[in-house]
Amino acid sequence: MRGGYTWRVYTACSVGGMSIGHTLLGLLESGPRHGYDLKRAFDERFGHDRPLAYGQVYSTMARLLKNGLVEVEGIEPGGGPERKRYAITDAGITDVEAWLAQPERPEPYLQTTLYTKVVLALLTGRSAADLLDTQRAEHLRLMRELTRRKSSDDLADQLICDHALFHLEADLRWLELTAARLDQLAAAVTR
Amino acid sequence: MTTEPLLQATDVRKSYGRTAALDGADLTVRAGEVVAVMGPSGSGKSTLLHCLAGIVRADSGELRYRGQDLTAMSDGRRSALRRSDFGFVFQFGQLVPELTCLENVAIPLRLAGERRRAAEAKAAAWLERLEVADVAGQRPGEVSGGQGQRVAVARALVAGPRVIFADEPTGALDSLNGERVMRLLTDAAHDTGAAVVLVTHEARVAAYSDREIVVRDGKSRDTERVS
Repeated sequence: MRGGYTWRVYTACSVGGMSIGHTLLGLLESGPRHGYDLKRAFDERFGHDRPLAYGQVYSTMARLLKNGLVEVEGIEPGGGPERKRYAITDAGITDVEAWLAQPERPEPYLQTTLYTKVVLALLTGRSAADLLDTQRAEHLRLMRELTRRKSSDDLADQLICDHALFHLEADLRWLELTAARLDQLAAAVTR
Repeated sequence: MTTEPLLQATDVRKSYGRTAALDGADLTVRAGEVVAVMGPSGSGKSTLLHCLAGIVRADSGELRYRGQDLTAMSDGRRSALRRSDFGFVFQFGQLVPELTCLENVAIPLRLAGERRRAAEAKAAAWLERLEVADVAGQRPGEVSGGQGQRVAVARALVAGPRVIFADEPTGALDSLNGERVMRLLTDAAHDTGAAVVLVTHEARVAAYSDREIVVRDGKSRDTERVS
């Protein structure tokens, strides 16, 4: 996808990195599960177009196990990591609670690439307005896609789309503001 | 798209006194498509809509609706065309405060000569479709902003227009009500085959369109036409 600024960015932000461990822990709070069940529950609720890899589930569970946040409640015959049944420990519950209570760091979304492109266009005598128009069209194309996707009855998915739509809208407001100030910006950067 | 244009504006200019509101605007609208007209406040997007709808007469340029030259039409003919072929939704509903919501929706049909009973039956069906059947007997001052806008959309659609002109239709609504109005408006337009010219400065509203054009300093470029 052109631009590389897709709704996946937001899904990745909301459940990416360290927080996959916390998410899996949270899913275990309702009762013990096998690794495969955990992956399925994660994909259903949070994975959407970006399911977890099995390897990621098992490496995460191994880490949680090592840190005492989960324990193995039972192993079915046949061996292999998929046979383990995990349960959350008291330390694990405390960890989920602390994670939920901790506010996420607001993303500054400094539009560095776009800003750089605009300034370079002005410095080199190219049309920054055309660049902004092209970007607006690309943002709107993605916003249409997300708006269409929202017509499904899946409320959870609608909320994910809304999150992305509000961020894209914020970008567009920045694009409009920059477009309206291009003459001033040109004067400032070429001084 | 290969279908013939329903509405076509070429190099349209319009000034109010010494202020040029439109300074060479182009736009093509085909049957059944939703086109968003975007741009900052004061860019001329509402003036473009008014020229396209024949509400104001352009100073120069070409405006064609189904092949007919709008600029050459008499005021009377343009008024008749607006009643028969166009529907309108504005930012603040602009419903008649003394009439009930049902009577408001029936206005375009009554103006076209339809009998009260038949007109109100059709109006009731549209209120149902726009999910505001429960306010049929109430006056506009007694309903919420979101309900009033849905009544206005019903009124715009009731006479089966070929084009709906919507000028900031969600401008006075919160996000949820705005989205509901847009969803109902665009779904109904798609179902009836009506085109929509949607003036908005909000990207989330424009995202309900099939494509957008941008007006800046009275100029617009229709990428559809360029390509």
